[in-house]
Amino acid sequence: MESNGGDAFRILEEIETLKAAKSDIEHRIANLQVQIGGVAVEEMTDSILCPPISTNDAGFGHGLSPEMVYRYSRQLLLPSFGVKGQSNLLKSSILVVGAGGLGSPALLYLAACGVGRLGIVDHDDVELNNMHRQIIHTEAYIGQSKVKSAAAACRAINSTIDIVEHREALRTSNALEIVRKYDIVIDATDNLPSRYMISDCCVVLGKPLVSGAALGLEGQLTVYNHIGSPCYRCLFPTPPPTSACQRCSDSGVLGVVPGVIGCLQALEAIKIASAIGEPLSGRMLLFDALSARIRIVKIRGRSLHCEVCGENAAFTEQMFQDFDYEKFTQSPLTPLPLKLKLLPENVRISAKEYKERVVKGEAHVLVDVRPEHHFKIVSLPKSLNIPLSSLEGKLPEISSALKEEEKCNGPTSSPGASLYVICRRGNDSQRAVQLLHKMGFTSAQDIIGGLESWARDVDPNFPIY
Amino acid sequence: MQLTLEFGGGLELLCQSVKIHKVNVDLQAGKEKLTMRDLLSWVRTNLIKERPEMFMKGESVRPGVLVLINDCDWELSGQLDTTLVEKDVIVFISTLHGG
Ligand SMILES: [Zn+2]
Repeated sequence: MESNGGDAFRILEEIETLKAAKSDIEHRIANLQVQIGGVAVEEMTDSILCPPISTNDAGFGHGLSPEMVYRYSRQLLLPSFGVKGQSNLLKSSILVVGAGGLGSPALLYLAACGVGRLGIVDHDDVELNNMHRQIIHTEAYIGQSKVKSAAAACRAINSTIDIVEHREALRTSNALEIVRKYDIVIDATDNLPSRYMISDCCVVLGKPLVSGAALGLEGQLTVYNHIGSPCYRCLFPTPPPTSACQRCSDSGVLGVVPGVIGCLQALEAIKIASAIGEPLSGRMLLFDALSARIRIVKIRGRSLHCEVCGENAAFTEQMFQDFDYEKFTQSPLTPLPLKLKLLPENVRISAKEYKERVVKGEAHVLVDVRPEHHFKIVSLPKSLNIPLSSLEGKLPEISSALKEEEKCNGPTSSPGASLYVICRRGNDSQRAVQLLHKMGFTSAQDIIGGLESWARDVDPNFPIY
Repeated sequence: MQLTLEFGGGLELLCQSVKIHKVNVDLQAGKEKLTMRDLLSWVRTNLIKERPEMFMKGESVRPGVLVLINDCDWELSGQLDTTLVEKDVIVFISTLHGG
């Protein structure tokens, strides 16, 4: 049975791989068909209206081949964009840092509209819990590099542009070399040190930076370091405290919200690359999805006193390479879930040990200190939900639950019901146990690693989020 | 003085998840005008229900918070010394990093 299961899994995997290859080939065929169709139409009209002339790129004085004219025709028809805008765009290069929620739509539009060279930087692999917002990736690519997946999607849309894959995290050691090759940078990352690093790098190399961010149901967008606009440091000279930096994996995000911001990032980059319109420099767009409101505010210009772009700033390439962005922001460039260790070993038990105690029928109360909306996603049987933020005021609830449990189990030899505390990953449960100890619940114990370790070590069918 | 205060980017969580507050702020005794400095201390006393350190640092806002007065960065109007007038709209927004 075991080996059958393994075989079936391998076969399914192979089917997925073949399906991906098939759709890739189909896309390429469709592409070639469009090319023939486009040329055929051009040649026909040419031969009717005037004697055949050379159809090579230079023939029309704008450098667009007949195929390009056909592909981009709906953009060429825009008076404010036209042939000039398109040929600027085709000559431009744009780097998208991050192929996630913001990068996904940005890359799709940039590939489609005909940016000459499109670079993609990311070090991550595609995961199932990315799919709701990172719409460039498909299920077939789960477990594979995001850059590989995104590049394949871009090539499927437009095989005529240059897509460059940078399968690595952007760091001070490689950023100058990578960013130098592009005209415009899109910051589609998800963490604070990257935002400072990318902004500084763009100042050092003199590149406009289209910066977007999204969390929960809100988004923000602006263009830094471009025609008098500030850099990220002009606006935020001092990094916020780490406790103020929420992440999508903790706070959640509705997929379409980074989608909206990512689309707008593509738009701003296209405007700069094709030299049309007014860029969002010196202004910031604030998007509130829940109330359906977009506010565009005026922000300060470049600061004379800025340490990086200011009048007397001497921030060199060498200084950039030596700068420690993780230390500066007190947070890691590639964030891993926090793993606190606040309690001594003797007041902590593993998920497995807890399971054994439940099986033995030990009298106990299990307090789950996650927020209520987390508890509603999934919880352990008979656990009592008291969120950490309201724990202090709800101690009587715990007392009475303990008493109830002792009554049910009758007078036994044990000294009474035990008290266990659990959360998602095992950080808040430690904070809660510290508080409980202080408030006189000296027997409170923490379940190490929380529900995630329960799912890993005890019940593989328990949902994780 | 009637003012509209808005909190965003997560700062609303510090005032019971309410984003928009229509408030009436009285001038302090003996003062002729209301400045942002006065307003911040009023907000801290009257609106911020938890973790004030997530909103303020010293007498100003904490790093990472943008303050906008009538859709304009307060850096352009004098920061803490900006004088407020009737019906001003003040937005406090925390910078986001997610993507
Ligand atoms: Zn600057």
